[in-house]
Amino acid sequence: MNMTELKDKVDLWGTDNNSKTRTSERVAVDISYRAHDYNLAVRDCNLYYSDFQALKNVNMDIAQQEVTAFIGPSGCGKSTFLRIFNRMNDLIEGCRISGDIHIGGQDIYAKDTDVSLLRKNVGMVFQKPNPFPMSIYDNIAYAPRTFGIKKRGELDVIVERSLKQAGLWEETKDRLKKSALGLSGGQQQRLCIARALAAEPKVLLMDEPTSALDPISTGIIEDLISELKAQYTIIIVTHNMQQATRVSDKTAFFLLGEVVEYNKTIEIFSKPKDKRTENYITGRFG
Amino acid sequence: MIRRARYEQELRDISDKLVLMCRHIEVAIEKCIKALVERDADLAQEVYEEHNLIDKLEREIEHACMRLLVMEQPVAGDFREVSAAMKMITDLERIGDQAWDIAEITTQFGDAEYLKKLEHIPQMAIIVIQMVKSGVQAYINRDLDLARSLDAIDDKVDDLFNIVMADIIALVKIDPDNAEQAIMLMMITKYLERIGDHAVNVGEWVEYAITGVHPKEE
Repeated sequence: MNMTELKDKVDLWGTDNNSKTRTSERVAVDISYRAHDYNLAVRDCNLYYSDFQALKNVNMDIAQQEVTAFIGPSGCGKSTFLRIFNRMNDLIEGCRISGDIHIGGQDIYAKDTDVSLLRKNVGMVFQKPNPFPMSIYDNIAYAPRTFGIKKRGELDVIVERSLKQAGLWEETKDRLKKSALGLSGGQQQRLCIARALAAEPKVLLMDEPTSALDPISTGIIEDLISELKAQYTIIIVTHNMQQATRVSDKTAFFLLGEVVEYNKTIEIFSKPKDKRTENYITGRFG
Repeated sequence: MIRRARYEQELRDISDKLVLMCRHIEVAIEKCIKALVERDADLAQEVYEEHNLIDKLEREIEHACMRLLVMEQPVAGDFREVSAAMKMITDLERIGDQAWDIAEITTQFGDAEYLKKLEHIPQMAIIVIQMVKSGVQAYINRDLDLARSLDAIDDKVDDLFNIVMADIIALVKIDPDNAEQAIMLMMITKYLERIGDHAVNVGEWVEYAITGVHPKEE
């Protein structure tokens, strides 16, 4: 099965005829999500880790082809909220979630959701670069192979395209068979971005992607984010306020599991409406 | 709990210097008008010293603001406070220049009698001094009403300007030989009117610092 067939099987974005039919059926149940073009829509989301409530009644719409930053103090729920979009929280014992989380009009927590395909469509990049202990080539080819692409020619195309998208091709094209672990930290993180892109996702989740990197590598990745947003919906969790202002179109401020304020980034950082937001971003929170 | 004590201290230092700058402006305007009314060339010369101090304070405040912007990278209300201060000092510095411009003109009247009794010009000076003080005070106290009040007060300055201009035009019409002195008085009046405009600008930046919206944006 090739990548196109896979997309046809579960097309979260309703770009083909079959999925339009499916989408129409779903919309009949919940028409409110069709009223606008938001790519990701969250309604009344509550999430518990056993007895601890990590997210409280979160509602949010995230537009396509925008960069959205989640900011807030440690433990505020921003990473937890990020992980609801690829159902990474499912892996945590005692985690319970309620509410509606829709991507492209489809309920990603519906019983028939194929979580593997969801994660193919919703890629993730973590705080610490985590290349697999294999060659650069095999790192990138990993996801396409998992989804059934075996032909060398096809894989070559995907590897080159993904590395180019991540701005890593020139640095690695002559050493594709070398171990990915020999790359610098900044290169490893771009490799992880390339690896996520190789699965042809629509949404890219980034959990503090530059916190372990030097300013130059950080700058390269921030530039990359700006380029990638033309094709992907990007959500980035960051503790770096300047990074949020540099890369994001919208910013959500989380505090104690709640979204205190969600607005255009320029508004949040020039005239926040909530005093708690102001206190946090100006460093007076505590 | 308030953190960033050093940042708060640097903001307070900027506010203190703004107050000092405002005091020198007050003295400069008072002295230039007194030099005019009392024909006191020595007093006019003192305005030059005030003007220099105002310029020096502008540079110090500008430097402190730039340092805060680079080193502390303030956002939200903090950013507005610092950027408003940077914009305000440009207007305040121009007011200092205009006080010195007035002082220079006062030394050029010689011994000739004034064409008219200097009545409205000192009145304008009193009002614009109060406007500048109000602008800076509004910044220090984050007083939005005070900042917004400056526009209406400026209308009084404009009214007085128009009265003086009408008087001067009439005097020149009566005797064209009055023209030279008339022009000098008109320039002084215009400088005072401009000082009023600069004070209004200060008030507008204070409004931006408090609300996040500059009134000219609305």
